[in-house]
Amino acid sequence: MSQTEQSRIRNFCIVAHIDHGKSTLADRIIEKTGLLTSREMQEQVLDNMELERERGITIKAQTVRTVYQAQDGQEYIFNLIDTPGHVDFNYEVSRALAACDGAILVVDAAQGIEAQTLANVYLALDHDLDVFPVINKIDLPSAQPEWVKNEIEDVIGIEAQDAPLISAKNGIGIEEVLEAIVHKIPAPKGNIDNPLQALIFDSVYDSYKGVIVFCRVMEGRVAKGTKIKMMATGATAEVVEVGYFGAGQFIPCEELSAGMVGYLTASIKNVKDTAVGDTVTDAEHPCEKPLPGYKRVQSMVYCGLYPTDGAKYPDLRDALEKLQLNDASLFYEPETSIALGFGFRCGFLGLLHLEIIQERLEREYNLDLVTTAPGVIYKVYKTNGEVVELTNPSNLPDPSEIDHMEEPIVSAEIMVTTEFIGSIMELCQERRGRYLGMEYVEGTRALLKYELPLNEIIYDFFDALKSRSRGYASFDYDLKDYELAELVKLDILINREEVDALSFIVHKDSAYERGRKMCEKLKDEIPRHLFEIPIQAAVGGKIIARETVKAMRKDVLAKCYGGDITRKKKLLEKQKEGKKRMRQIGNVEIPQKAFMAVLKLDNE
Amino acid sequence: MNKKNSMKLGIYVHIPFCVRKCVYCDFLSAPAGNDMRQAYLEALKKELACEAENYRGYEADTVFFGGGTPSLLEARELTDCLEQLRTHYRIARDAEMTLEVNPKTVTQEKLVQLRAAGINRLSIGLQSAEDEELRLLGRIHTYADFLQTYEWARAAGFDNINIDLISGIPGQTTAAWQETLEKVLRLRPEHISAYSLIVEEGTPLYEHLEEYPKLPDEECDRQMYRETKQLLEEQGYERYEISNYAREGFACRHNRIYWQRGRHHTSDYVGFGLGATSMVGCLRWKNTADMKRYLSLCHAGDIDALKEERETLSERDCMAEFMLLGLRMTCGVSAKEFYDTFRMKVEAVYGDVLKKYEKYGLLARDRDWIYLTDAGIDVSNVVLADFL
Repeated sequence: MSQTEQSRIRNFCIVAHIDHGKSTLADRIIEKTGLLTSREMQEQVLDNMELERERGITIKAQTVRTVYQAQDGQEYIFNLIDTPGHVDFNYEVSRALAACDGAILVVDAAQGIEAQTLANVYLALDHDLDVFPVINKIDLPSAQPEWVKNEIEDVIGIEAQDAPLISAKNGIGIEEVLEAIVHKIPAPKGNIDNPLQALIFDSVYDSYKGVIVFCRVMEGRVAKGTKIKMMATGATAEVVEVGYFGAGQFIPCEELSAGMVGYLTASIKNVKDTAVGDTVTDAEHPCEKPLPGYKRVQSMVYCGLYPTDGAKYPDLRDALEKLQLNDASLFYEPETSIALGFGFRCGFLGLLHLEIIQERLEREYNLDLVTTAPGVIYKVYKTNGEVVELTNPSNLPDPSEIDHMEEPIVSAEIMVTTEFIGSIMELCQERRGRYLGMEYVEGTRALLKYELPLNEIIYDFFDALKSRSRGYASFDYDLKDYELAELVKLDILINREEVDALSFIVHKDSAYERGRKMCEKLKDEIPRHLFEIPIQAAVGGKIIARETVKAMRKDVLAKCYGGDITRKKKLLEKQKEGKKRMRQIGNVEIPQKAFMAVLKLDNE
Repeated sequence: MNKKNSMKLGIYVHIPFCVRKCVYCDFLSAPAGNDMRQAYLEALKKELACEAENYRGYEADTVFFGGGTPSLLEARELTDCLEQLRTHYRIARDAEMTLEVNPKTVTQEKLVQLRAAGINRLSIGLQSAEDEELRLLGRIHTYADFLQTYEWARAAGFDNINIDLISGIPGQTTAAWQETLEKVLRLRPEHISAYSLIVEEGTPLYEHLEEYPKLPDEECDRQMYRETKQLLEEQGYERYEISNYAREGFACRHNRIYWQRGRHHTSDYVGFGLGATSMVGCLRWKNTADMKRYLSLCHAGDIDALKEERETLSERDCMAEFMLLGLRMTCGVSAKEFYDTFRMKVEAVYGDVLKKYEKYGLLARDRDWIYLTDAGIDVSNVVLADFL
């Protein structure tokens, strides 16, 4: 394959708002290019993780190489690089885009442009990609393709009059898309004879081959035996195999050269050595400088993960280790909680990432977990000049040592139909948002711009947004910077003992409300004991809310005769078993689900 | 262990028939026609005969006909049963012979016949002295019906009578409960069982709870319980088990076997009839609860196949049951008896649990005896579960 001419390669991705049909279009492209028989087609080829399919979200970038026999009689190589579809994975998206030369913009013929459409298309334009639109779901009765075309031209400012009108689901207009890929997406550039310069846009861990690095070769070539170096991490290795992406499989080839997209393996043991965005070069003939845009991935959201059964701690550690092999953005370190025992403080790109990891741990590794309230990284400026990056509320220094604290702020764009502007602005207000401005996208829709504290949106902002706009609002955000904030640590005391796993950092003004809700929730979750249990919320030692779990008055079997003994014993055994699954804090047994219930304070 | 020829046995005979099922009842019992009754009694006789050889070395100290409503059997049928028992089992001359009786299922004549046949203790199911409450519970009788039965029983010479009562009936007030107690106390029965109503899953009461008047709340329920104890003690009844009271010398010997079994393994018990449970040595089993199966297996003489849910209790199980059954008795368990039975000190096995609940004031110790305090009885499940 080394002879493939650059002029007949097309490296592209598809950008879209969630649910606008990105994955379905990808499936059709793969199907129509003929390298895959219908039998080989899974429902959606690209989203191959079970979880991804259930949630309809692509988590890891998948890539596929197909061959297209174009109307001009030539064979073209298509490298379709799939991009993650959620704001949590923005950096991964940006690296995947950097590996492309062009992008297909999919817009739903009924929905039109959404916040994520804009975010993604701007991201693509920022990477100098040639973007052409296609209008999907034209078979829907509510489809308004002409209106959508105009909207694309007005809002994004790209030519849309000749956009293919398609239905990916029903296979309408796909041929047109394929031809547009040939004609509208430029062929890659780059010189085979230059020193190797390849962009890593993803990697997966394989227990036989080690890390499989997904890369786009910008300059030069790489083949088996090439000694390579990762320019940011400094890791070096000797290439064992190079190849390209068949449908769901790795197909080895002789070499990868400038313009090509493929993979390489080099007996690398850890995905940390192959950071997304890093540049691979020839260790012996290195290129002058790395490709631009590399960032170290920063976890935005932190929480504690604990096994419900303390004995499963090593299993949890093994599972996290394995997940991290494939997910360099997952951070974890051991921590100990008085309430929950041994566990891990984990860092995630966002709340969705957190949920996905949690679900995978529970589903794929069969672990029962207790999750503590997710939080962000706060910067604590101490009076002695030290700055602490706080990820666990329990580690907050004594208030007397704190000069001030800062919290992360994001700039957010919310696309909403005009009738809901009022209620969405109200929501942003409640979440301490700072209004920056509003643009009318066209007659009926507006783009609201806000700055919001990250800790106000990690819980349930997305849900609230959806419910207050009857599902119409869409949302995108970017970390902006840190700002001074009046933050306090809210502690929960159960039977007068502080439960570290329930502490969290909150803005001074929300402390009372949150504390009250926490107490109410815990009161419902904690079973009655032999004694009365006060549940208190406190800030800096001052009690701000209280509930009481009344003492148990009666728990007695009135009757127990010969015929009942086995049955009654089972009843008592069940009672005892239930107790075992609880966490003991002082004299109080707290069910695991109480720790989880407090995460969902705002759902009522 | 005592000599084999003096090993004691409690015999339970289950009669799974009733006139009509009460709304709170989750016992194995149902109305049945005459044919079914005859078939059952035949089968029961067969079971009694076939099993006899397993209990050669025993002398039965107590016999208990429970149900259901065993008193709805004809006097003839019951005396036949007793006859069969006496033919095949050694029954002590002074054995306690109890029959459960429901008002409106006996006549004076029947009671005289039963007394003559050797029944010397009656347990009468009254439940409440308020007709409205009786109706609500689905009972087939009124308080007046009960009074009639009680008078006939006394006249027939029964001098050991228990009256079953239920507190915590839907809509019941503490005053109404007190009224029931006072009415019953005027009759001076030898024994009173006062249960707090348990709404058991699967019963009509459970399924349609919302259609009934409100159940008394926990506070009220406990108040009734405390009042019961106070009132009955004033009248010379001692509470000897969580729900049982007796005048001196009239504690139910049969039921005590269940609660005090395990002490030196002296008293085993065997249950005959549908769904009856037996405990012999460390073995426990329960007869099939499937009537068709019971009848056909007895008919075929395959008594062994009746025995289901067989379990062999480990030493540890035996210890746990020693504690959790023994603690139902207000006298509690004796540390010495524990040691004599298991050759281990109770403190060595349950030291932590004992200490914990003594600290909470739920268990108390009086020299050799460990017992639940009044507060401990209220929440006894919490305490007892920890012995498992």
